[in-house]
Parts: sequence; C-alpha cells; structure tokens
Amino acid sequence: MRGLLDIYRAQLKTSLAIEMQYRASLAIWLLGTILEPVIYLTVWATVAQSSGGEVGGYTASGFAAYFIVLMIVNHLTFSWIMWEYEYYIRQGLLSPLLLRPAHPIHKDLADNLAYKTLTLVILIPVTLMLIVLFRPTLDTSPWAVVAFVPALVLAFAVRWVFEWTLAMSAFWTTRISAVNQVYFAALLFFSGRIAPLDLMPPAIQTIAYFLPFRWMIYFPAELILGQVSPRDALIGFGAQIGWFLVGLALLRVVWRAGIRRYSGVGA
Amino acid sequence: MTPLRLLWLNLRIGILTELEYRANFGVQLFQTFLALVIAVGRLSVIFYHTDELGGWGPDQMLALTGVFFLVLGMVNLIIQPSMQRVLEDVRRGTLDFVLTKPEDAQLLVSVRQIEIWKVVDVLVGLGLIVVALYRLRESIGVVEALGFALALLAGLAIVYSFLLMLTTCSFWFVRVENLLVIFQSMYEAGRWPVGLYPGWLQFALTSLVPIAFAVTVPAEAVTARMTPQTLILALALAVVLLLISRAFWRFGVRHYSGASA
Repeated sequence: MRGLLDIYRAQLKTSLAIEMQYRASLAIWLLGTILEPVIYLTVWATVAQSSGGEVGGYTASGFAAYFIVLMIVNHLTFSWIMWEYEYYIRQGLLSPLLLRPAHPIHKDLADNLAYKTLTLVILIPVTLMLIVLFRPTLDTSPWAVVAFVPALVLAFAVRWVFEWTLAMSAFWTTRISAVNQVYFAALLFFSGRIAPLDLMPPAIQTIAYFLPFRWMIYFPAELILGQVSPRDALIGFGAQIGWFLVGLALLRVVWRAGIRRYSGVGA
Repeated sequence: MTPLRLLWLNLRIGILTELEYRANFGVQLFQTFLALVIAVGRLSVIFYHTDELGGWGPDQMLALTGVFFLVLGMVNLIIQPSMQRVLEDVRRGTLDFVLTKPEDAQLLVSVRQIEIWKVVDVLVGLGLIVVALYRLRESIGVVEALGFALALLAGLAIVYSFLLMLTTCSFWFVRVENLLVIFQSMYEAGRWPVGLYPGWLQFALTSLVPIAFAVTVPAEAVTARMTPQTLILALALAVVLLLISRAFWRFGVRHYSGASA
C-alpha cells in the first residue's frame, strides 16, 4: 500500500509538470467547457420563457443552476483515456508500462487527478463568471451538500472503471473513434447532458434508470440541487456502488483478455 | 489549367486514395448516422416541451440542422484538411513545393487535401434540408430558395476566408493549430439559432468567428425570416473577406522563408 502511494506521488508530480507545458490546450478546453452549459441553458431558458416561465418545474435560473452544476460534475468525473489507448497499443508504448511494477491504471488515474487539480484553477473562476452572468437559484439543504461529496467520488469511480474498460477496446479494433462515439451518444442522452432527465420522455427516463450513465453524472447533480429525497439518495449510493463493482469486474476480465492479445508491435 | 479542373484532379486523387480504405466509408456512414440520431433526438426532446424555440418551429430547426451538417461537412471535406496540410508544410518547410508550381498558390493549397468520405455529412445535410423544405413548402417560394443558395455560398466563402486567414498566421506563429481547434469548439454553438444567445455570445459568433453567417443566416432564408438587408450584408461580407484573406495570404507568403527546405 505504501509502495502504491509513493508511485502516485511520483506520477502526480510528473503529470503536473507535463500538463503545465500545455497551457494553450487548457485555454481551448476552457472555451469548450464554458460554451456547453451556456448553449444548453440558453436553449432551455428560451423554452421555459415560451411556456410561461417554467418547464417541468425548471425556471430559467433553475436551468442555469442545473447546467452549471452539471458542468462541474462532468468536468470532475470525465477522462480522456479512451482516446489514448489505440495510440499506446499501435505504437507499442504499452510495453514499457507493462514492465513497471504497478498496473497501468494507476498511472492513468494519477494523470487524471493531476489534470483535475490543475484545471481547478480555471474551473472555479469560470463557475463564478457563469453564476454572475446567469444568476442561478440553488435550493438545497445541508445534508444534500454533504452527501454530494461521496456521490461525486462514486460517480467518478463508476465512470472511471467503465471508461477505462472502454479504452481497452483498442486491443480489438482500430476504429476507436466510432466505438467512442457510441459511448458518448449514450452518455449524452442518459446522463442528463441534453436536458435534466426528468424532462426526457418517460421511456428514456426508465431506460436511463437502469443504465450506468445516470449514476456517472446526473445523480450527484440532482442531489446537490435538492431534488432527491434521503431515501432515493441511499438507493442512488447503492446503485453507484453496484455499478462500480460491475465495472470493476468487467475491467478485470477485459484487461486480462486484451493483454493476452497484445503482442507489443513496434517496441 | 482552370481552377475547376484543378479541383476535379485533386478530388480524383482524394477518391482514389480513399478507395483503398473502403472500410472507412462504412465507419463514416455509421458515425454520420449516429450524429444524425443525436441531432434529431436533441430536437425531439426540445420540441417535446414546446412548439417553437425563439420563433423557430420544428421544421425550421430541421432546416437549420441540415445547414449545420452541410457546412460542417464542406469544412471537413476540403477546407479543414487542406488548411491543416498548409500548417504542416509551413512547419516542415515543404510549402516550397507548392509555391514553385506555376499555378496560383492560394488555389493550390485550398483544394489540396480532400477527405472524401465526409461527403456523407454533406449529403445528409442536403437530405435534411430537402425534407424540411418539403414540409415547409407552403411558405417557401423561388425567391426564398434563391436567397438560401446565395446565403449558403456566402457563408461558405466567409468560413473559407476566415480559416485561410487563421492559417496564414502560421507564417509568423507556430502553434496556429490551437486556433483551428478553437473554431471547431465554437462551431457547436451553430447548432442553434444564434439569436437565442446572450448578447456577448452573439457578438462573438458574429464578429470574432463567423458562425452566424455560416449557419444561421442561410437557415433564416429557408424559414422565410431573412430580410434583404441580411442577405446583402452576408454577400458583401463574403466579398470583402475573400479579398482581405487573399491579400493577407499573399502578404504572408512574402514573409515565408522556407525554414528547412
């Protein structure tokens, strides 16, 4: 355990140093991040206005709160690992990683955490700016704010194991962008990115309830917005833990099968 | 050699190269299909709750989505890949090979790289526009159709000039790629009528990056909400930008020193 902690410390340091070299890409990322909530909250605020001020209980400032919170949750839970493994595998870069004494997932996790730490410097002012621009109203309770923290950590964990498993599809195919696009399409509709899930048609809501995507992004967001009863929150935590275990099992199976296929081309 | 023959020649080379990777066609078909499902699904969710979005009805939004696919398809088919290649050539000093050819260099670099399968996006965009126009047929006449074609041409010319100017900056700065990526991320905003956005964003999408002229204005034509003034403005802007970008390109080429070749 101590060994693993040391590995994380070293990896975090190198990752931070590397990320600092790419400040321009950080700025680009910033633009995309602000734009998405602004686009959706504008569209939905327009819908609310034309339906007499509110849609399904959301006012314009309600939508603002929803999409700003969603931006934060999405940012803190996302990963880009599914875009990298094809390159790692094709170029044989995975081989040196396999020789290290720790599973490659630890390096990836440390990279992700370093990036998140660094981008917090941008995320906080952006959030404040959006709050000033769109005046969201947040009607939450103290217990929901406290429960938000474990919900967010679990959401990250669920998303991480599934996205890392997804990245492993690079062992079998080079059409990674098509595979990823399917994943992101599902994420878009079933995790509340397009609209709060309670505004989706009932069929989509039912499907979303039984898929993992909702628990990766939507659940922490609706929790802190004060829309979840304590009982539903407990069910949510259960679902998150359940999906995390499912994802973890899947990850182990896929990783073992994939690594057996891998022949280290190019290294 | 006329410009059109040059374009055709490059198109043929592009097609021949890509025909060796025919599976890519299937992948592109699949990806476009998925993008279409997402776009239509997103609209359905919105119109599940309302009949009109800032004055745009479902069919009019469908037309806008069609224009979005069409313009993005054209950009990805030829403009973006060609410009990307210029950036690479400037960095490696291989732009010399283009400049020494006895044809207009701007024309040569503009049609040099073609990603032929992106034509699927263009066709889907056209299909969406046809469907939308059919459903709106009562309100669309010959005048509107003509205005649409003109606005679309103007929009494409504006996007082209804009990207050419960004690319020309690479004669002085190395990391222009980032600027192109910025344009792509701004492009997402074009999926909705620019008029919906708050003032500062409208300003950015009209004056800083020309997304309003590329997508919203042509779509306004098919929805019969375009004023003659808007069309004239778009056409004038297209002409002016084409001239400016050409002058800027020539100015840039004079500064190019062919670092390594």
